[in-house]
Amino acid sequence: MDLQHLEAPPTDTERAAVDALLGPAGSAWEGGDRTEGDLRRADGGHAARARRDLLLPALHAVNDRIGWVSEEALGYICRRLTVPPAEAYGVATFYSMLSLRERPRRQVHVCTDIACTARGARRLRAEVAERLGEPGHAPRSGPPEGAARPEGAEDAEGPAATWAESPCLGLCERAPAALVLEAGERPRYAVAAPATAEEVCGAPAPPDAAPGVSDASGAFTDPAARPAPAGADRTDRTDRTGPADGTSGTNGSNGAHRLNGASPNGGRPAPRTTFSPDPLPGPAPEPPPEASVPQAGDPGLVLLRRIGTADPEDLDSYRAHGGYAALRRALLLGPSGVIREVTDAGLAGRGGAAFPTGRKWAATAQRPETPRYLVCNADESEPGTFKDRVIMEGDPFSLVEAMTIAGYAIGARTGYLYIRGEYPRALSRLENAIAQARARGLLGSDVLGSGFSFDIEIRRGAGAYICGEETAIFNSIEGLRGEPRSKPPFPVEYGLFGRPTAVNNVETLVNVLPILQMGGPAYASIGVPGSTGPKLYCVSGTVARPGVYELPFGATLRELLELAGGSASGRAPRAVLLGGAAGGFVRGDELDFPLTVQGARDAGTTLGSGVVLVFDDTVDLPAVLVRIAAFFRDESCGQCVPCRVGTVRQEEALVRLSGGTATGTELPLLREVGEAMRDASICGLGQTAWNAVESAIDRLGVFAETAPASPTAPEEAP
Amino acid sequence: MSTARTRVAPVPLGLPRRLVDITLDGEQVRVPEDSTILDACGAVGTEVPTLCYGDTLTPRNACRVCVVEVAGARTLAPACSRKVEEGMEVRTDSPRVRHSRRLVLELLGSSVDLSTTPGVAEWNERYGADPDRFGPRAEPAPLGERDARHAGEHEAGDGSAAATVEQPAKDDNDLYVRDYAKCIMCYKCVDACGEQWQNTFAIGVAGRGFDARISTEHDVALPDSACVYCGNCIEVCPTGALSFTTEFDMRAEGTWDESRQTRTTTVCTYCGVGCNVTLHVQENEIVKVTSPHDNPVTHGNLCIKGRFGFQHVQRDGERADRRGRSGGGPGRMG
Repeated sequence: MDLQHLEAPPTDTERAAVDALLGPAGSAWEGGDRTEGDLRRADGGHAARARRDLLLPALHAVNDRIGWVSEEALGYICRRLTVPPAEAYGVATFYSMLSLRERPRRQVHVCTDIACTARGARRLRAEVAERLGEPGHAPRSGPPEGAARPEGAEDAEGPAATWAESPCLGLCERAPAALVLEAGERPRYAVAAPATAEEVCGAPAPPDAAPGVSDASGAFTDPAARPAPAGADRTDRTDRTGPADGTSGTNGSNGAHRLNGASPNGGRPAPRTTFSPDPLPGPAPEPPPEASVPQAGDPGLVLLRRIGTADPEDLDSYRAHGGYAALRRALLLGPSGVIREVTDAGLAGRGGAAFPTGRKWAATAQRPETPRYLVCNADESEPGTFKDRVIMEGDPFSLVEAMTIAGYAIGARTGYLYIRGEYPRALSRLENAIAQARARGLLGSDVLGSGFSFDIEIRRGAGAYICGEETAIFNSIEGLRGEPRSKPPFPVEYGLFGRPTAVNNVETLVNVLPILQMGGPAYASIGVPGSTGPKLYCVSGTVARPGVYELPFGATLRELLELAGGSASGRAPRAVLLGGAAGGFVRGDELDFPLTVQGARDAGTTLGSGVVLVFDDTVDLPAVLVRIAAFFRDESCGQCVPCRVGTVRQEEALVRLSGGTATGTELPLLREVGEAMRDASICGLGQTAWNAVESAIDRLGVFAETAPASPTAPEEAP
Repeated sequence: MSTARTRVAPVPLGLPRRLVDITLDGEQVRVPEDSTILDACGAVGTEVPTLCYGDTLTPRNACRVCVVEVAGARTLAPACSRKVEEGMEVRTDSPRVRHSRRLVLELLGSSVDLSTTPGVAEWNERYGADPDRFGPRAEPAPLGERDARHAGEHEAGDGSAAATVEQPAKDDNDLYVRDYAKCIMCYKCVDACGEQWQNTFAIGVAGRGFDARISTEHDVALPDSACVYCGNCIEVCPTGALSFTTEFDMRAEGTWDESRQTRTTTVCTYCGVGCNVTLHVQENEIVKVTSPHDNPVTHGNLCIKGRFGFQHVQRDGERADRRGRSGGGPGRMG
């Protein structure tokens, strides 16, 4: 391609950050020094463009190192990957965690979403604003405009931190939550939940704090020849020719190359992870994942049984607790046998749509096109949802094993694990788990001596709820903007890189392990016909013991809330939000329906992703609705009109209703806009953006006093 | 049938296509397989409004004004991209369809300046759309403010005014103006600039949600971007957000009058390709150049010479001089 690239070079630090991911530039065509040979050849075509899927990882590499992505750094990435600058700019501006404007290395994300708002996020927000000023990335005072960026300027002193109001961070059980990220040679993070303003606004460490610690762990041991990769999964990058040209990124030599990076003796010391294992000072140490599982240790648990019992960072411990028995059984059954078991088990997707997993796998497996792909959707971002985080932090090997089985069933050689950017601990645990599995031959070529080859690539999201949509996730992985695609064609025929792809949620995948261990029919006997197996619920809000709960399908909502200890304050629940922002409210006196797909449907609501967010009568419900509307406005990709503009009009009307400036036209307007969003939007985001608001109006009677608005109402408003 | 609309010319014929029976508003229609619902509607003369659909581009189905009801589907389907299937039952004027089309027109009309979009006034009347129902329009943003917005952040305001995408026009070169207050985000300019036609990739979609916008990298001015001034983006723009500087200036002066314009399709004289150019002439001056989309070779695309290189026909660069510029086009034109 004849692209016009920026001439200005990146700083050495920026270049090093990109080269650590991509390897050094091979020629002047991709940003290296010009040599005599470069004048006699031209790089382009498919080989140059096939690395487009590394755009988001490259943006992360710079953002992780510097804290933001400069024009020069973006320009260098574009050269390296043969990406048009205008397109790369479009991708970089799509994600909220990336910044193209200079900002301090430290960012504080304060969750102001519904679960945290129900537990004091508003005060936290005010206190943080007192210390760090107004939130957001609006232009700030800094170095004078046009000042030259001296080498190493990114480490110069500046404001302490920027902060932003964040959508749900998936820490609802410990609300209010905040996440602190700090760029550096080894990026660091700290999770504060419940958070206080003092601990998240603490003074930043000196530039590149504690370099000795991060260097001692083996970072950049060989910077001259080829910088050590920032994650073991990236090791084979420069060797691959790209997934779209028919050769999978995983082949024998690459697999062997990967093993060099990992310790051969049981994976200790831990392989290098993207984030430093030393958390930022300030917040109290993060509790272990089992603290989020009130039932931990209960022998009756199926999905959560290893959390708190097995060491999530040790493969041997996982195997000692029954790990990899399911994969062995799968290899005995053969791919079609696995699909048969999953179909017999009646497993349905746990991401919200409840599509039968066996049918999805069978449809993918029988497509003639190859390679086929598996995508694990770990972009858990539905407000109020944190079950996938707890699984990934507490039992990461189970997801690695389940993905291996799914890849085996559908005939995929590569599985992509797309994890949201707000989950640094889950990312570290999975990076470790994948490296250990590779070192033991449980991933890579010839898994367990079966002749089946499979490997997992982790892709980190960068702050976009929409990328959890099953086709937007493909675009995000491919290095495009995370916009949903039009369906049909469906992913099973035209998915990632245009190939047949099965996309499964984390919880769905880990259900495959008990299915193979106990057999499909035995699994199907758990729960009720039509909704089989155990189900995870994310209980938060004003309950005594918030956390992830596992119950067989069919338990009632009341039983679940009793298990969670009932109300925290002794007040009866006024409303329960099921399924998150895209779900719906039920009243506090409607708790006796069975939690099944059909039971929820009969009760006029949805289970969605398993969110159970409880509000007592102290919670300001109109404010919750405004927050939900703001969430959808922020997270709409902007592709289709009903969602792009409808979410704005919905928020405006709710702001008027809750602010006392209603004109009496709001409720019919909300209903009409909501119906158009539901009917005419491209994807599930727009189609469900009005669900929660509708149910709050119709079931809870929020704004009931404004419904029969008299014509005098506007005058009464201030 | 779409092929019936193309003119009689030596067009390469594809393989014979099977015919598919569908029901369109209760009427049996036979169309070739692989046709879209929009093709089927065109074949029987059912009018379907479209905005983001481009006859020379792959449908993006972003605007959703063409939605139709397909029996058995949970949501409405975009007619421009949904392929017909045997036995499909389609309704193009059901209450659900009318409701969504009305709301799409209202949502667009309330947030975008549609004053130069052909067809909108008539559609608003047909569907009873009232774009003013969301309250007074918010003040236009200063130039550059929308381009600086960060994904996932917004000022909620107090709900008293309806947010719009309006901002001053970007007028940074002598040949065409980008007035993004009129942009409905149909993606057609991006596709025409990118891999579907021009392969220049000067513009992309940046930002997210309501703040999504068409942008060069870092919002640089067009002369600093990769733009080659082929003007194929203007050719496909459905709203007049992209327009010739001549048209933009004449509209500002109030002298633009299409009823006094003639259109003459002729052959570009610059090189041997022989592209068709349609000269729009008002008062004996070329004011705009388009290209016929049904030309089997160029499909409406031109290069900078065919699109903008018409000054030599006229007396001198009077109009350009009036703007206080040299009148030679962008620097790179050479």
